[in-house]
Amino acid sequence: MVNYIWVGMTVIGIVFGMINGTMDQVNEALFVSAKEAVTLCLGLMSILVFWLGLMKIAEESGLLDKLSILFKPFMRWLFPEVPPNHPAMGYILSNMMANTFGLGNAATPLGIKAMEQLKKLNGGKATVSRSMVTFLAINTSSVTLIPTTVIAIRMNYDAHSPTDIVFPTIIATAISAVGGVAIDRYFYYRRKRSGRE
Amino acid sequence: MLHWMTTISIWMIPILILSILLYGTLKRVPTYETFVEGGKEGINMSFSLIPFLVGMLVAISVFRASGALDFIVQSLDPLLSLLHFPSEVLPLAIIRPISGTAALGMTSDLISVYGPDSFVGRLAATIQGSTDTTFYVLTVYFGAVGIKKMGDALKVGLLADLVGIIAAVIVVTLVFGMN
Repeated sequence: MVNYIWVGMTVIGIVFGMINGTMDQVNEALFVSAKEAVTLCLGLMSILVFWLGLMKIAEESGLLDKLSILFKPFMRWLFPEVPPNHPAMGYILSNMMANTFGLGNAATPLGIKAMEQLKKLNGGKATVSRSMVTFLAINTSSVTLIPTTVIAIRMNYDAHSPTDIVFPTIIATAISAVGGVAIDRYFYYRRKRSGRE
Repeated sequence: MLHWMTTISIWMIPILILSILLYGTLKRVPTYETFVEGGKEGINMSFSLIPFLVGMLVAISVFRASGALDFIVQSLDPLLSLLHFPSEVLPLAIIRPISGTAALGMTSDLISVYGPDSFVGRLAATIQGSTDTTFYVLTVYFGAVGIKKMGDALKVGLLADLVGIIAAVIVVTLVFGMN
């Protein structure tokens, strides 16, 4: 999918440039943007190093676990089919916590672990279970507290106050999470009514 | 309202840092060593992002510089303005669920072209920060454990993304206004 989009944009751009007579601009764009991308990554490094270092402290000190306990009642409501003390619950929570604090790389292994456990709960079948869809809905609309990379990019381009989008992001992400859960519930009850679950 | 929200945004990160450091010290974590250890991951992460961003930014800027992007955006403009959706961020909204790094490239492109403190720049930042790469999560999570039938998962994920994007447009408009 990404492959087609990537090739598509470049090819259409070049062909359009031929027809439109904008080959000069296309040439310039090629080299300027490649350079800009590298500069951008180096700019990202500062904030990634700082933030990942800080999150390691949060993880080691048990702060993330502590937050997980806080969310337990909510999790029970969200995943009624998962027994409260099942390991799946722990993995789902840690995955959500990692996402919340902008630790994408830490979130992925935890998410896979969670899926493994959910699959076991579903009798090891190769089909999706209700809890898996819920987990996915929450995950893709993930509540974000600190959008690290975005802040870094804004810093790179000299934003007046790079962090002023934090609050709007939290609100938007909260709305999408609530929306995600609502949509998930709607589809669940629809499946139930039609006797598929 | 704006002042109040901006203050929260600015205070939040320092307060979070403060809490993490104090809690770590309280729990006798070797804070500095742990910080350094965790920070090392950041170096690898930013280096590994380079090829993704170079690839995507080049493609996007060729697409933009040739005039193709403007052409498409302009032809969609009547429909979008009917929905009060800023047409500049449409490509980002489309690509966000498909590829996180591609979206990151688009976000930085929008921020550099329109400026970080413009409406489009802030909206792009908020969309990037508040939604996730549904296709990636779906592929990786289900792929890793061998789930073949995805059921409603894709539909639910994409609809949640749509809600997030619409929410971002509304929230950014309310907080920063349309300038």
